[in-house]
Amino acid sequence: MAILEVQNLSISFGGLRAVDDFHVTVEKGALYGLIGPNGAGKTTVFNLLTGVYKPDEGIITLDGKDITGRKTIEINHAGIARTFQNIRLFKELTVLDNVKVGLHNQNSYGTLTGILRLPKYFRVEKQMNEKAAELLKVFDLDQEASMLAANLPYGKQRKLEIARALATNPKLLLLDEPAAGMNPNETQELMDTIHFVREHFDMTILLIEHDMKLVSGICEELTVLNFGRVLCQGKTADVLNNPDVIKAYLGSE
Amino acid sequence: MKKTMSKTLRSNIITIGLVVAVFVIVQILIGTGNISSLMKGLLVPLCVYAILAVSLNLTVGILGELSLGHAGFMCIGAFSSAFFSKCMKMFLPGMPAGLRFFLAILVGAAFAGLLGILIGIPVLRLKGDYLAIVTLAFGEIIKNIINILYLGVDEAGVHFSLKSSMDLHMEDSDKIIINGAMGITGTPGDSNFTIGIVLLLITLIIVLNLIHSRDGRAIMSIRDNTIAAESVGIPVTRYKLMAFSISAALAGVAGVLYAHNLSTLTATPKNFGYNMSIMILVFVVLGGMGNIRGSMIAAVVLTLLPELLRGVVSDYRMLIYAIILIVMMLFNWAPKCIEWREKTVAMIRGKLSPKSAAKEGE
Repeated sequence: MAILEVQNLSISFGGLRAVDDFHVTVEKGALYGLIGPNGAGKTTVFNLLTGVYKPDEGIITLDGKDITGRKTIEINHAGIARTFQNIRLFKELTVLDNVKVGLHNQNSYGTLTGILRLPKYFRVEKQMNEKAAELLKVFDLDQEASMLAANLPYGKQRKLEIARALATNPKLLLLDEPAAGMNPNETQELMDTIHFVREHFDMTILLIEHDMKLVSGICEELTVLNFGRVLCQGKTADVLNNPDVIKAYLGSE
Repeated sequence: MKKTMSKTLRSNIITIGLVVAVFVIVQILIGTGNISSLMKGLLVPLCVYAILAVSLNLTVGILGELSLGHAGFMCIGAFSSAFFSKCMKMFLPGMPAGLRFFLAILVGAAFAGLLGILIGIPVLRLKGDYLAIVTLAFGEIIKNIINILYLGVDEAGVHFSLKSSMDLHMEDSDKIIINGAMGITGTPGDSNFTIGIVLLLITLIIVLNLIHSRDGRAIMSIRDNTIAAESVGIPVTRYKLMAFSISAALAGVAGVLYAHNLSTLTATPKNFGYNMSIMILVFVVLGGMGNIRGSMIAAVVLTLLPELLRGVVSDYRMLIYAIILIVMMLFNWAPKCIEWREKTVAMIRGKLSPKSAAKEGE
């Protein structure tokens, strides 16, 4: 069953057609890759999927529900969570609180309950602490729970972003260049983490990546974007051997 | 994880304990007659400024938006509550003073909070410098409208004018309550130091509990990264508005306390103008953005300082005040000073208990 279905998605900025007739179908439980040269429009596609931009044309369907043109918050409620190319953590909050912000809509109580410290406050906060601690443990961040997010090493900041996204209990996880700025060891570790997330949380993952080792290592299917258009789509091995794809990445003679 | 919980709890207890300790000490001083009349007169204003500083810190430090119109909300709280109290005094003289003041506080907070929402809806779409300038403008607008507002109540109902007291067409000029630039006279003097401290404690509890709750985390996540906050489903506009209006309502409470401490309430540039707003911002910045206890202490120190200097070096008092302000700002926030302070603290701790020093060295 397709969890994400996108048809004919387009957006223009001024005269530039940044994304043109983009289409993709991501099956439930898939690990799907979106690749392409710099400026091909990959992050723009993510921003369209998460409601940061409104598409000019096209339909986005999540789990059978039309979410085209909805707001970022509504789309998160509908079940898409994401990470960012340039890490966006809540830097002045602790690692634990970062995840608890992600749990905001899962465990809730009113403002007055919080101010008056009614029994419900303690009950729900305890649930949140337990859930957050569990997530942190999965990402091997439990030792750093009380640290400020800003003080985490780079690799762990990336992990925390994924943990925070998962805390919102999504159906689809979007990872925007998760391996950017990582050394080969860290990338290997990240690949294991992504695999683990898929198995452990039964998650569908769509990721943007430049690191070909990571892409060929974990993605089952790929879509290649070039100049905002879909250049090629299919099984990873077929796509990476496609002459058009090689030409787009390496240039022609 | 448990450690962080107890850490915030301990910090909150210290903050509350500090206020209670100051209250007890001042009460003892008053009881033994060791306090000058000048100081006595400053006690309620100190509570007013502390409440203002704590409430502005909610907008500036926790929400992360620069507001320069805080005195405007205080102004609304002051005038709406003084109007209410005077009406009650005129038409329901039998009402106990305590109940009247309690209701006046609610009225002041409600009006200021409501105005906070009304102003917040358009203004919070802006960011940074732009927001600061627009809030500054709103603060001035509020003050200036109050200055030309004529409002009276008699048997025929409420009379209202923006021109002059004559335009109210009231037979009994005693029943004019807000008389333009002459303001409100004869507000019952219900404020006192004890009530001030109680209101400060309530403000502290509201703000501290809010910060360490689900809503507080959401507000701080907006401060740290709005785009990420939206991506995890935080309703950004709602929380911005909530923090801004709670901050405004608490400023309104400070206004109520202020108004009921004076027999004549007028809106002048000195008490409700942008000078005042900037003064409150100085308390917040000096005490530390997001540091509730710090902003409270800064408000008290910076209010007392010019008065204490008055007795020592009256001619150069404002000059010395300014120099002390600069030195304090450097001592608190210059990176080198922070480093030096941390080293000194570590050294003192090391001398007190060699074990903990050895641990830090590991």
